[in-house]
Amino acid sequence: MSELLELTAAEAVGRIEAGELSADEYFAAYAEAAAGDDLNAYLWRAEEPVGDGDGELRGVPVAIKDLFCTEGIETTAGSKILAGYRPPYDATAVAKLTEAGARVLGKTNMDEFAMGSSNENSAYGPVLNPWDRTRVPGGSSGGSAAAVAGRLAPWALGTDTGGSIRQPAALCGIVGLKPTYGAISRYGMVAFASSLDQCGPLTRDVTDAALLMRVLEGRDRHDTTSVGIEGGVAMPSRRDLRGLRFGVPRELASDAEGIEAGVRASFEATLKLIEELGGELDECELPSTRNGISAYYVIAPAEASANLARYDGVRYGLRENGDADLIGMYERTRARGFGAEVKRRIMLGTYALSSGYYEAYYGQAQKVRTLIARDFANAFEQFDFLVAPTSPSVAFELGSKTDDPWSMYMNDYCTVPMSLAGIPAISIPSGLAQPDGGGPELPVGFQIAGPAFSESKLLDAAYALEQAIEYEPPASPASRPGAAGSEEGP
Amino acid sequence: MIDRDQVLHVAKLARLELSEDEVEKMAHELSGILDHVDRISELDLEGVEPTSHVVQLENVWRADEPEPGLPRERALEPAPDPADGAFRVPSPQA
Repeated sequence: MSELLELTAAEAVGRIEAGELSADEYFAAYAEAAAGDDLNAYLWRAEEPVGDGDGELRGVPVAIKDLFCTEGIETTAGSKILAGYRPPYDATAVAKLTEAGARVLGKTNMDEFAMGSSNENSAYGPVLNPWDRTRVPGGSSGGSAAAVAGRLAPWALGTDTGGSIRQPAALCGIVGLKPTYGAISRYGMVAFASSLDQCGPLTRDVTDAALLMRVLEGRDRHDTTSVGIEGGVAMPSRRDLRGLRFGVPRELASDAEGIEAGVRASFEATLKLIEELGGELDECELPSTRNGISAYYVIAPAEASANLARYDGVRYGLRENGDADLIGMYERTRARGFGAEVKRRIMLGTYALSSGYYEAYYGQAQKVRTLIARDFANAFEQFDFLVAPTSPSVAFELGSKTDDPWSMYMNDYCTVPMSLAGIPAISIPSGLAQPDGGGPELPVGFQIAGPAFSESKLLDAAYALEQAIEYEPPASPASRPGAAGSEEGP
Repeated sequence: MIDRDQVLHVAKLARLELSEDEVEKMAHELSGILDHVDRISELDLEGVEPTSHVVQLENVWRADEPEPGLPRERALEPAPDPADGAFRVPSPQA
């Protein structure tokens, strides 16, 4: 049974196709693993496979972040305000996966409304990092990342607004891709910041990410901002990086503050590998990315304050104090339904959009966004890809950053600029490192960004690098430091 | 800096009831965040076009053909207080 959990999803698809593995047996192995979830990664689990499994994904199970609407299956977005909500339709991304033969294994835990970098903002309790259960898995797609890394799902769907796929992928030692804005439909994805939100895969390796992207991308008539990827997504096969130019933005690497020594060492070792594979390396500048976090924490809360106005106790979800007047009902419903971080962002966004402050905050932030996109466009005239650490630190301890919102926001420093520019970026595991101040060795993520709609090239380069890094995660969750039953705990 | 009165004003705009403790905490936390964010309000960005959409899209057209939407019963299923085929709400003047 446990041997099945070691297969990548692509390997499982191959075995099922060849008649060497039954799709139902494979699903049952994961259903059993998910039933034993001790990471709080799942909010809902399927007991039986639904769907015939016909199609290129051959009945392979997939975990879905609880931000995606699933028809008849509770969808909470990690919030109490949506407790018990059963959507009357499927998100397009989910529908595309099931139409391609994937079967939903469960809905994964997340920071409430995708607002967070540690999964500690879930109304249903934090997710634990499978590498060390005293540490966070990252966020907001923390349940998806922990499930894939902890062998509770072969692969998973997540969403990324400012780093919510890439950062948890890095902290859990797996692959996470944020596609170009518009590559995949957002229909049925609970909206957070609509000009930034994008759906993408969290997987064991780059090949699996490409396989999911092939199915997910495409224009959708229900989302007019979706355009798909022209020519689709190719399966990666590259063995070297000859002829490719990689830029290392000073602001996100050598000049970036707060990058842990271990993360820096892993990043630099990976740069050497790029050169060994024949890639060209040079330093470059993205001067406006220094203002990335400030612009992001105006734009995202502003858009969120508008998007979350729909939670008013009228059409779905929680209603509190239905006997008061209408306004009183709104105010109390939202007070009881939203958690602290969501309230903070609604307040921040409402403030930034309010009369007298709009130009100073939102107007300026949208201009900074233009400058950041321009910086990237300039850099891509010289370079095929830009590389940076994904997260300034390895997985941190639960509770260590919850008292200071700004220090939590700085986790997104290296991932937010790509989101603001709408370009694709992938995080792949580059090795293990100790946190500053010592502790267990934990995974480090290496981020590669490319121009808009360059997913095929990006996955191909990431694949070549992945082969060279030869990152081998511990075989089973139980053998990991800090895992239940392990003797070598932290 | 953002003071107690501003917090109460913004909470009213956001239709959010805050407890006394939350008002104090929010004033402190929002001020802390705005200290960092303020760096962008000080930049000279005269002449820079604001970005509202990162992907250059032309008008997206489709034929205007009627088709069935979500049936009324399905749309009302998740509602906290459906009545007579509609969403019932408390009176604005209660």
